Amino acid sequence: MLAKRIIPCLDVQNGRTVKGVNFVNLRDAGDAVELARIYAENGADELTFLDITATIEERGTFTSLVRSISEVIDIPFTVGGGIRSVKDVGRLLEAGADKISINSMAVKDPSIISTLALEFGSQCVVCAIDVRKSTTIENSHEVYVSGGRVATGIEALSWAKEVEDRGAGEILLTSMDSDGTKNGFAIDITRSMSDLLSIPIIASGGAGTKDHFLSVFEEGKADAALAASIFHFSEIPIGELKIFLQKHGIPIRLKH
Amino acid sequence: MNKSVVIVKYNAGNVRSVICALSRLGVDAVVSDDPKILKSASRVIFPGVGEASTAMKYLRESHLDEILVDLDNPFLGICLGLQLMCSRSQEQDTPCLSIFPTEVNKFIPLNGEKIPHMGWNTIRCNQDYLFEGVADDSYCYFVHSYYAARAKETIASCFYCGIEFSAALGSGNYRGVQFHPEKSGSVGHKILENFIKGERL
Repeated sequence: MLAKRIIPCLDVQNGRTVKGVNFVNLRDAGDAVELARIYAENGADELTFLDITATIEERGTFTSLVRSISEVIDIPFTVGGGIRSVKDVGRLLEAGADKISINSMAVKDPSIISTLALEFGSQCVVCAIDVRKSTTIENSHEVYVSGGRVATGIEALSWAKEVEDRGAGEILLTSMDSDGTKNGFAIDITRSMSDLLSIPIIASGGAGTKDHFLSVFEEGKADAALAASIFHFSEIPIGELKIFLQKHGIPIRLKH
Repeated sequence: MNKSVVIVKYNAGNVRSVICALSRLGVDAVVSDDPKILKSASRVIFPGVGEASTAMKYLRESHLDEILVDLDNPFLGICLGLQLMCSRSQEQDTPCLSIFPTEVNKFIPLNGEKIPHMGWNTIRCNQDYLFEGVADDSYCYFVHSYYAARAKETIASCFYCGIEFSAALGSGNYRGVQFHPEKSGSVGHKILENFIKGERL
């Protein structure tokens, strides 16, 4: 049976991982390659590296870091942040990334999604969507870009549908309302998006307890759940989380 | 005499993760499309991601198709590589290499399953040198929207969208796996190790 995936996310700045609360107040959480190795050994199903400063400071993602990671780890990993062109994507995949995650660029020029899907295959195109509850329209979420700093006025579900239609292979949905709070994933929007789309949804933002993961799989219908700080600071060891989920009937890959 | 492990060079996706996985096994692989090098290799690996018709067009134009079906060294297709080894793919209705007499079809969701079939799923293995020491229900990493139907050449199965499909096929010196052993953690490492170091057939 296809397992639900647990994905530690490493927000990277200058080759080291950091994690902010609501996207600000960054804390150093360690060396990226070392963390990647430990996570892979501890049973992470996949890894995601986001170069969080790339869009804002207009820097490229660290190809050499990607190269080092691909030498060390034997599970899939996604790289995102600051990707601006098809050439950038080619360079990152060439360096060993399995998937690339785009966000601001896709909103700016949605045609890039289909271009990437045709050039490299849908399987490696992850579209990251950062959302916040709309302050004007009830039960609606708005898409944000540039590391959550710029509101776009775009409604989240319609954007997600467009992203799928244009050929993205997967969606990384981050609730900015939940991110950094440790109060749980945003179940409603995750479930709505998962029901609407036929591609996998990775839920992100708000993980604080093992029960939060259980809820996002059972109620949120997420295909994967992503978290950062609780893993970086070993608040919830991945192995322990996976045993907990399996005991509660979630299909999970346990290391043999 | 060339005794290296050779990865087939063609237009379907990047081979770095396969090279890295082999490197973790202590193997320095060569990437080549030279028929002489392919024929004299100790092992041939045929990876691939992307779209079947584009890949097959390239193989035919470069005449690699004739070389690949005529090798007698241990050969391992991965993901799209396995699909191209089948007789035909529904993807753009593409005739393939016909090493395995089975067809490649698109998954149709039965009960809200997501397409592509992406992530870790369990495999059931038959007795084959590729799966020596690999327990039934081991998890492997899959990413694909098309699957090779079961056939008598099926040496491992996986279940998705209500269908038991070929997670691996084997015939003579040819093996193909739908999952990515290079990305399947310790299980994948073992399978690649079996291919590299195991009994020839």
